[in-house]
This record gives sequence, structure tokens and C-alpha cells, in this order.
Amino acid sequence: MSVINVTTTNFQKEVMESEKIVLLDFWAPWCGPCRMLGPIVENIAEEYPDVKVCKVNVDEEGDLAQQFGVMSIPAVFVLENGKITNQSVGVKPKQQLLEMLGL
Amino acid sequence: MDRSYDVIVIGGGPAGYTAALYTARSGYRTLVIEKIAPGGQMTQTTQIDNYPGFPDGVDGITLGMQMQAGAARFGVETEYSEVKKVNLTGALKEVETTGGVFQARAVVIATGAAHRHLGVEGEEALVGRGVGYCAACDAMFYRGKTVAVVGGGNTAAAAALVLSRIAKQVHLIHRRDSLRATRVYHQSLEQAENITFHWNTTVQQFLAEQKLTGVVLEDVHTGERQTLAVDGLFVSVGQSPETALFAGQLELDAQGYIVADETTKTNIDGVYAVGDVRTKQLRQVITAAADGAVAAHQIEAYLM
Repeated sequence: MSVINVTTTNFQKEVMESEKIVLLDFWAPWCGPCRMLGPIVENIAEEYPDVKVCKVNVDEEGDLAQQFGVMSIPAVFVLENGKITNQSVGVKPKQQLLEMLGL
Repeated sequence: MDRSYDVIVIGGGPAGYTAALYTARSGYRTLVIEKIAPGGQMTQTTQIDNYPGFPDGVDGITLGMQMQAGAARFGVETEYSEVKKVNLTGALKEVETTGGVFQARAVVIATGAAHRHLGVEGEEALVGRGVGYCAACDAMFYRGKTVAVVGGGNTAAAAALVLSRIAKQVHLIHRRDSLRATRVYHQSLEQAENITFHWNTTVQQFLAEQKLTGVVLEDVHTGERQTLAVDGLFVSVGQSPETALFAGQLELDAQGYIVADETTKTNIDGVYAVGDVRTKQLRQVITAAADGAVAAHQIEAYLM
């Protein structure tokens, strides 16, 4: 499955009402570590069809970043049935993200 | 998933992805195993100006990702896993990772080296914000500024000299009372008018507001402390290669680097060492990439 770009417009439908477990990645184009994390979350999206990988560009979606209390990026959240079950800040190895997803 | 490859490359820096690009272009099924993200040590550098082809320079993360993309175009796969164990001695080599076991007929080791850190609190957070490990890479950012170099070996001496030609003032901080650096450096260092020596001195603390503004130094004998205002600080206390996994199988030198000459061949047939992890004179992005090409050339002969 490809990575979904999330905005305030599709947030409710794609993230909160998702039937699949969601990996939500807050990033910005100027943030080096965020760009390093990019290929890793894309790889998870490709390999694990049961996970919905969503990305939020914090420059464009400041409200969503605020809603999640994001102070530092990259910030990654795991959501199940609209509830946060796990979160982390910084570049993490793929294995650690998979563990956060319970995989 | 088929976990058998012709070539496995361990480490996704410039050496690794160059080796992979070459072997994939020669038609060999190639896998790169990278523990975090592509780029290796390049990801720690905001601007690379000494890799040709980029008139405005390029940031290390971009260069790493482009090297990966260029290799992927020829079918190179990347496995984002950490290698836990290797068995290199047989004709079919085994690499055990957090993502499973992979096999290949040839293995390229491109795990690189990590700069030793000072171990002063806040160091990680200030990397790229005043704290650096490669004066040859980053000296240009300190034109007309005040910088410090920590260390007493050849790398530290070379760093201080490079910086003295660019920066306004250079402070060389060393915990002993003399340099370990070879004699050729001593005279040049003493002749440079803008280098101040701080003997028997260690860095105790970083001062920072968003970026580094100064350091607190301590005299190792008297315990006396002083504050030194600096715009940048280069840590030159050595490198350590990432070779713990290979000890007992591959021949390592006293510092832990894999013993391999310009052919990149190790003591085991079908196993090659490229980039910073290999015993070599100059550790740069371009010399790492060059090793990758050489290793691929050797592998073609080996697999034929």
C-alpha cells in the first residue's frame, strides 16, 4: 500500500476512522532526520498491507501537529481505532517501528 | 520471499551503494542491508562540497538517498535490518539479521566507522550545530570565526592547521602535555599565529543556545575551570570501525579495521571490505565510492 498524505480535510476519514492500524509520521521537507525516516516508513507501507502509513507535513498542517502535541520531528504515532497506542520521536530503525506496531 | 542473493552488501553508505550499483548493473542479484537509513556517516554532514558533480554542494542525506535510488534503478534491494551474526567462511555466506537470515555467494562489508565522541553531555544534540567530527569537511563554515579542536593525534593536528587558515582563532585542547601527532605537524602548528594550545585540559561542558556558544574547560592537574567562547568545536579523538561482528572471521588490525589492500579483498575468499571500515590512508566519500567499484570488479571475477 502506498503512503497517504494526510491533511485536516482527510484526517478524520483516513486516520480516525481507519479500520487498519495507522502509522502516522509528522515530518517537514527541511528536516534531515525526517527525510531519513521517509524510506523506512515507505518500506513498511510496501511490506505490510495491514498497516496504513500516513504522513503529515507539519509546515502545511500546523493544526494537526498541535493537536498531537508535536514539538520535535520526526514524530511517529501508532493509532488503533482512533486511539494513540504508541509514539516516538527521532529516526528509529525499522525494527523498532515494527515493534511499536506490534509486528 | 527468496532470501538468496549473488551479493550481499552490509552497510548503506557511499561505499556500499556504489558496490551494489556496480554488481547490479553487471546482472548480479544484490541486497544492501542497512540498519537505519541510507547514507552512513554522510547523514551527519549538512553540506558536502568535496564530492564532484555538485557545483552548489549537496547535503549528506540527499546524496545518500540518491545513491540508493541510483542503485535501486538497477534492481538493488534494501533490507532495513540490523545484522546480528555472520558466517562468512563457506562458499555460501550467511547473514543473520533482525529481519531474517540472508544468503549470498559474495559479501561486501561496508559498515564504516564512527567518530569517537567526547562523551560530554549534550554532544549528540549539538552535532551539526557547532559540534563536528570532520574539520576537512566543515572548516569552510567557520571562516573568520573562533573554533576549538579537541585531541592530540595526527587528525587533531591536521584539523587545527586546516582551521587556522580559515578561522580567526583556533584553540587546540589536549588532555596531555604534548601531542602524539608526528613531528612534521609540530613546527607548522607552532608557527601558526592564531593557534592557542591548552595543555592538560579537558572539555567538561558545552554551552549552547540553539547552537554551540562555548565550552567549560578543566585543568586535569589543578581542577581549575575556565569558560571559552567558541563558534565551533571539532572532536578529533579518533574513529572506531564497526567490525565487532566480524572478529574471529576476518583479519583486523590493532585499531579494529578490516585488513584489506586496494583490491578490497579480505582474508576470506568472496568477502570484500570497502570504505571507512578498511585499512586505508584517506577516508572520504569519494574514496569510499571508489572502493565500491573496485570490489564489484573483484566480485565479477570471483563469481564467474
